[in-house]
Amino acid sequence: MSNFWSAWIIFLTVATIVGSTWLLMGNRKGRGEGQTTGHVYDEIEEYDNPLPAWWLYMFLASIVFAIGYLIAYPGLGKFPGMLGWTQVEAWQSEIDKAERTYAPLFEGYLAQPVETVAQDPKATKMGQRLFANNCAQCHGSDARGSHGFPNLTDNDWLYGGDAAAIKHSIAYGRAGQMPAWGAVMGEEKTAQATAYVQALSGQDTDAALAEAGKAVYGTYCIACHGVEGKGNPMFGAPDLTDDIWLYGGSESQIRRSIANGRQGQMPAHKDLLDEARIHLITAYVYSLSQKPIQAGAGAQ
Amino acid sequence: MTQHASLEHPAYNYQVVRQFAVMTVVWGIVGMLVGVLIAAQLAWPALNFDLPWLHFGRLRPLHTNAVIFAFGGCALFATSLYVVQRTCQARLISDALAQIVFWGWQLVILAAAISLPMGWTSGKEYAELEWPIDILITIVWVSYAILFFGTIMKRKTSHIYVANWFFGAFIITVAVLHLVNSAAMPVSLTKSYSAYAGTIDAMVQWWYGHNAVGFFLTAGFLGIMYYFVPKQAERPVYSYRLSIVHFWALIAIYMWAGPHHLHYTALPDWAQSLGMVMSLMLLAPSWGGMINGIMTLSGAWHKLRSDPILRFLVVSLSFYGMSTFEGPMMSIKTVNALSHYTDWTIGHVHSGALGWVAMVSIGAIYHLIPILFGKARMYSLDMINAHFWMSTIGTVLYIASMWVNGLMQGLMWRAYNADGTLTYSFAESVAASYPGYVVRVIGGAIFFAGMLLMAWNIWKTAKMPAAQSGKEVAA
Repeated sequence: MSNFWSAWIIFLTVATIVGSTWLLMGNRKGRGEGQTTGHVYDEIEEYDNPLPAWWLYMFLASIVFAIGYLIAYPGLGKFPGMLGWTQVEAWQSEIDKAERTYAPLFEGYLAQPVETVAQDPKATKMGQRLFANNCAQCHGSDARGSHGFPNLTDNDWLYGGDAAAIKHSIAYGRAGQMPAWGAVMGEEKTAQATAYVQALSGQDTDAALAEAGKAVYGTYCIACHGVEGKGNPMFGAPDLTDDIWLYGGSESQIRRSIANGRQGQMPAHKDLLDEARIHLITAYVYSLSQKPIQAGAGAQ
Repeated sequence: MTQHASLEHPAYNYQVVRQFAVMTVVWGIVGMLVGVLIAAQLAWPALNFDLPWLHFGRLRPLHTNAVIFAFGGCALFATSLYVVQRTCQARLISDALAQIVFWGWQLVILAAAISLPMGWTSGKEYAELEWPIDILITIVWVSYAILFFGTIMKRKTSHIYVANWFFGAFIITVAVLHLVNSAAMPVSLTKSYSAYAGTIDAMVQWWYGHNAVGFFLTAGFLGIMYYFVPKQAERPVYSYRLSIVHFWALIAIYMWAGPHHLHYTALPDWAQSLGMVMSLMLLAPSWGGMINGIMTLSGAWHKLRSDPILRFLVVSLSFYGMSTFEGPMMSIKTVNALSHYTDWTIGHVHSGALGWVAMVSIGAIYHLIPILFGKARMYSLDMINAHFWMSTIGTVLYIASMWVNGLMQGLMWRAYNADGTLTYSFAESVAASYPGYVVRVIGGAIFFAGMLLMAWNIWKTAKMPAAQSGKEVAA
């Protein structure tokens, strides 16, 4: 702020406060109780009673407070106020205080491997609360996901379900890219590929169409989704054989995925949350799929 | 044209007053119906029926524009054009201009009712209408200013009555606010971008936004109060001196209060502080109007027992006093840190909007309707009384539920555990707000039903045989 604008703000502020005080004090006495001004408008007359004393003092008190506040706190242009208070420093000091208070607790968990932290109910409770405020908006408060947002409890992983992979997903985010094949394949091949993908997960479909789709799959899809359609966690390419669907497993949704492609965005959290908090969320997410289904699941 | 009772004044133009008075009730019903619908959507989201033009995001600005500018605006046009004639003892300078103002304003409302559900919006709260409608508003407003101030200039009285100071301040300031805040670069007929950017845009928006409250919803309606309270109570105004002090203090200090909408944001500290201290200094000037209105009743308190119209006016002043106390308190930074972004703000706005603005307008319209239609009185005083209780109960349910919700949300959002993590997720505070949302729908529906009763009462009044004589007609 330049000196000119600072002076202008101070001038306007002081003029408003002084002017209000002058207006108030200059008019505090009326003509006396029950005296009218003599004006009559449409049969309405006006008394000229003095200002109520309690009201006058309330007004003066608010003026005194305003002057005191503007001496103590920033307000008059560039004048920073006697207390030197700023909202940024007030925020920083609260953050620093919280850091000092909670850091030992979080550092303690950070020193342990995710798999160990995931066994500690107190730690997973902390992770759950962090999850509720940072992740639940997309993945749901029960972590079961929604259309386009993966279920984190089913032990079916796009990018791998070990601790390191989960932590990487949270810290650095993931950009899922299913290209749009509609223009390349054309109507017919899209329908064939759709039928083949349905067949892969055991859905009822036109056998001839699915058979024709196998060749289409071999040309366009195999590079990412693999020979058996088991997917590839390197690209986040989903397993097409397990009947678990991120964007729906109906014929029309599969066709849409093939024709128009899909873009999944998991945002990176490394600049939003510190490492210890990411560590705890990782442990919580890891714990969700490590409970009973461990045995049978063919985790990628 | 029913006046011609007194010899001292010319024949007044009551046609435009009658048109605006009737449309006040019509738009009140429409605006509040939309309000009840969106309140219900917050409790039961399926009520948007998956239709984009019934979505909360589009209907909410339709509700605010309809109740502020259509309902409130028509009430202000009706009363100001009535009061300026009667207190200046002069007919409006031009009947044609009066019709331009009426039809122009109805066109603005119609354009809003189409464009907002279509999703055409500038994205500025209370100034959502796109640039072609903004230009139409400017034309209508300038016509209105010419009509109002032209009539003041040819007044027969030597002084200008206090109600007209407030109407005048409202007309001039709203013109300035509208022109500055709506400045934009059009990119198509239905889309424009603000002339300002970033924090400056936010500050200009809330300078506008808070002064829309200060000058449209406060100064304008104080103009209504200053005529209809002494008129209905048949008592002199309590203090001329108080009216001078609180008028000048109110208009000088309101201008500064906008930054309190932007506490703890990118707005510089100095601007936040000034917004806060000026908001606190605003308490006394605001209460000056309440004192002057309520004290006008000294010696006439017994009339409250028999006159539900006076009851509307006096209770509106009580809600005015309450919300202008609450406002400065909420502008204190530490209080704002709790109240901001919660339903408390919505409750505060509605204690002003329902309790003050709507109730003082309803009282004034009940006073006007028999005069404008040449009847001795309203068709049913009992219905007015029932309406009064519906409005009061509806308002109290509304604001009480939002106080509870607001405090609860503010406390839930800041609650944290021994490990420093937040105790509640946002969705949990939404779930906890559900009972309050239901109570709000009930309160709003009761208030809305009162408006239907009013419309019926006015319809029956208009159908009554004309008054033979009667004081109210001549007065």
